Amino acid sequence: MDWGSLQKVLGGVNKHSTSIGKIWLTVLFIFRVMILVVAAERVWGDEQSDFVCNTLQPGCKNVCYDHFFPISHIRLWALQLIFVSTPALLVAMHIAHRRHEKKRQLTSSEKVDIEELNKQKFHIQGPLWWTYTCSIFFRIIFEAVFMYVFYVMYDGYQMPRLLKCSAWPCPNTVDCFVSRPTEKTMFTIFMLSVSGICMLLNVAEMCYLVIKFCMKRKYEAGVPKGTFFFHSCPATRLSRERGGAEGLSLVGSILTFEKDFYQISGPPSMAYFKNLC
Amino acid sequence: MNWSWLQELLSGVNKYSTAFGRIWLSVVIIFRFLVYVVAAERVWSDDQSHFECNTRQPGCANVCYDHFFPVSHIRLWALQLILVTCPSLLVVMHVAYREAKQRKRREAEGENCHRLYPDPGKKRGGLWWTYLLSLVFKVAVDVTFLYIFHRLYANFNLPRVVQCAEAPCPNTVDCFVARPTEKKLFTYFMVATAILCILLNLCEMTYLVAKRCWDNKIKKG
Repeated sequence: MDWGSLQKVLGGVNKHSTSIGKIWLTVLFIFRVMILVVAAERVWGDEQSDFVCNTLQPGCKNVCYDHFFPISHIRLWALQLIFVSTPALLVAMHIAHRRHEKKRQLTSSEKVDIEELNKQKFHIQGPLWWTYTCSIFFRIIFEAVFMYVFYVMYDGYQMPRLLKCSAWPCPNTVDCFVSRPTEKTMFTIFMLSVSGICMLLNVAEMCYLVIKFCMKRKYEAGVPKGTFFFHSCPATRLSRERGGAEGLSLVGSILTFEKDFYQISGPPSMAYFKNLC
Repeated sequence: MNWSWLQELLSGVNKYSTAFGRIWLSVVIIFRFLVYVVAAERVWSDDQSHFECNTRQPGCANVCYDHFFPVSHIRLWALQLILVTCPSLLVVMHVAYREAKQRKRREAEGENCHRLYPDPGKKRGGLWWTYLLSLVFKVAVDVTFLYIFHRLYANFNLPRVVQCAEAPCPNTVDCFVARPTEKKLFTYFMVATAILCILLNLCEMTYLVAKRCWDNKIKKG
């Protein structure tokens, strides 16, 4: 049970995400999880053993370390990554629930290929749109909260070389030296920048979803019911071949956008029939 | 054998669980197992090596550490996580037993024999009781461990300094714990997730019993 198992779960969400969501997931795993595991953990590995105070007083070093580093950067980043990935699990659970419902509906009436059902891609529409948007909103909140906690806890993002400590049992104000402060500052700035990029990607994805929804609503409001949408869809092509109003009667409903053109249709208020293409 | 073996075992439980059960499993795997493995274990890794006592008396630090930390938090959590996930395996075993029984009957009486269980994974009859019992065990395990933690480490608190007068320490010496604040934060986190899991299990138990009563009422009506 480690980051690999989290990656497996989130990888399943990936195929139902938007393009921005896929980029976010890639950035998360390559530039955050992987950097944390292969590099940052080594840098912070000797943080307490190489934290040296200018005193022989037993316990002074422990107390000073605890005072200046209530929770290590590494642990905060691990928690941040776990919390930021968790909303995606809401989407995974919603999709699993939909699959389960579909399995229950289909297995009673017809033979169904379970593998095919498991591989089926769900479009982000209806209640899934709300779950997806909520998950992005929570991701943004968690990122912002952790960045703020970092800032407040460590008084900025720089790791000082020298700390002055007068906590008991230190006999007076002693100098304590942090190990690898420059390297730690570099990694902190790097992780902070990538956090910022992830936040921007989430904001962009949310804007994209909302704008798509508004555009769809506008289009729906502008197009009267019963009007057929001419497209490269074979069904409309067929109806055009058959000619005029007769051909149009073959396509007896309002068409949705082509599956491979638009992924997101929006919330359930729109009365679209299934795409006949 | 490591935690991933247990995770594979648990993934099979998912399909026989209710929605509450799936949420419980996700909380256990993400917020308890994963946090334990990637974060908590590292915090406690230098637990004893950085436990420092204000004395040069050999053996004093060892004795004091043993007195104040009879069982380390990390080991208690490992035990708790293993025991809390085991009851779910009862359900898997019961379903496997049902499927084996059905298979044997089919082998003995042929393909067209009457099916003992239309769906071996459906929580009816004995399996319902097994599932309910597994929930009771899970709650009992979590509550027991929370109580043990509370008795061993009052109010789940980890002090910065402890006063130790155990032999061979020459007098009452100050002993300093490593990373007490970080450990306290993680202790609170693990306690909170344990309480959340207890609540989820209680909700699931209530849901199962209520559903059963409702189904019986419909059958009678």
